[in-house]
Amino acid sequence: MKARILVSFKDSVLDPQGQTVRNALHTLGYDAVEDVRQGKVFDLDLSGITKAEAERLVPEIAGKVLANVVIEKYTWQILED
Amino acid sequence: MKFGVVVFPGSNCDADAYHACKDALGQPTTYLWHKDHDLKGVDCVILPGGFSYGDYLRSGAIARFSPLMQELREFADKGGLVLGICNGFQVLLELNLLPGAMLRNKNLKFLCQYVTIRLENERTPFTCKGRKGQALNIPIAHFDGNWYAPPETVKEVEDDGQVVFRYCDPQGALTEESNVNGSIHAIAGLCNKNRNVMGMMPHPERAVEPVLGSVDGLVILQSLLEKMS
Repeated sequence: MKARILVSFKDSVLDPQGQTVRNALHTLGYDAVEDVRQGKVFDLDLSGITKAEAERLVPEIAGKVLANVVIEKYTWQILED
Repeated sequence: MKFGVVVFPGSNCDADAYHACKDALGQPTTYLWHKDHDLKGVDCVILPGGFSYGDYLRSGAIARFSPLMQELREFADKGGLVLGICNGFQVLLELNLLPGAMLRNKNLKFLCQYVTIRLENERTPFTCKGRKGQALNIPIAHFDGNWYAPPETVKEVEDDGQVVFRYCDPQGALTEESNVNGSIHAIAGLCNKNRNVMGMMPHPERAVEPVLGSVDGLVILQSLLEKMS
């Protein structure tokens, strides 16, 4: 079983890296890009647990370790093999 | 007074902190390995600068789970003195021993330079030998020192006098330019409500002897010494 966790800055937090990427895209003429927010992707390989256990474990890992919830938010999903 | 300097894989200011406490201040000092469960009876724990665990994931995020951090938390909860410098400050934030989090510097550059910081609160064990408004010349070296917290936390920290240092110009004035990394309210150093845990991005241990270019960092170590004597 695989799980994917996406971590990105909260909307209220400035993302200077995302802004720099947006500015670069504008320089290249991609004016349709209004904003860019940069984040991280974590792909977890899970074994020896049920889907129900994974659904408990994955958000716990995301909130406790992978994201700093002061500045970041996360979404997660269980991906079937 | 006995100092302990925590060593993580990737710490690179541990020897500087050791030298500052042992030689510049003349106090017994020991290293504390992050995998141990022993604070060796020290009076003050220093979390030094560097790149603990390569700063992977986030600065300080992995170091937070080191075995010794359990003892550190208990030590801090009982009123033990803890000073986090640079990466050590980031670890204290990740441990929730101090509020807020660090963002990348506002200009996205690693900053390695002398800065001036203004002493905002002299009623802490870390600053009792200094005076309010005093400007200290101390170097910084970091990528993620842009302190951030939600507005309600910022208000709480300000109202409670937890701000210990702010980036300022050489005259002690707060300007946009002097706030080199973009921290909210130019915060360079912060303590907890009980005043026994402090984190700061500038490196006082690199400013303890004339040959280093400044001795302004000594006031912090001397304050700790006075507090414990």
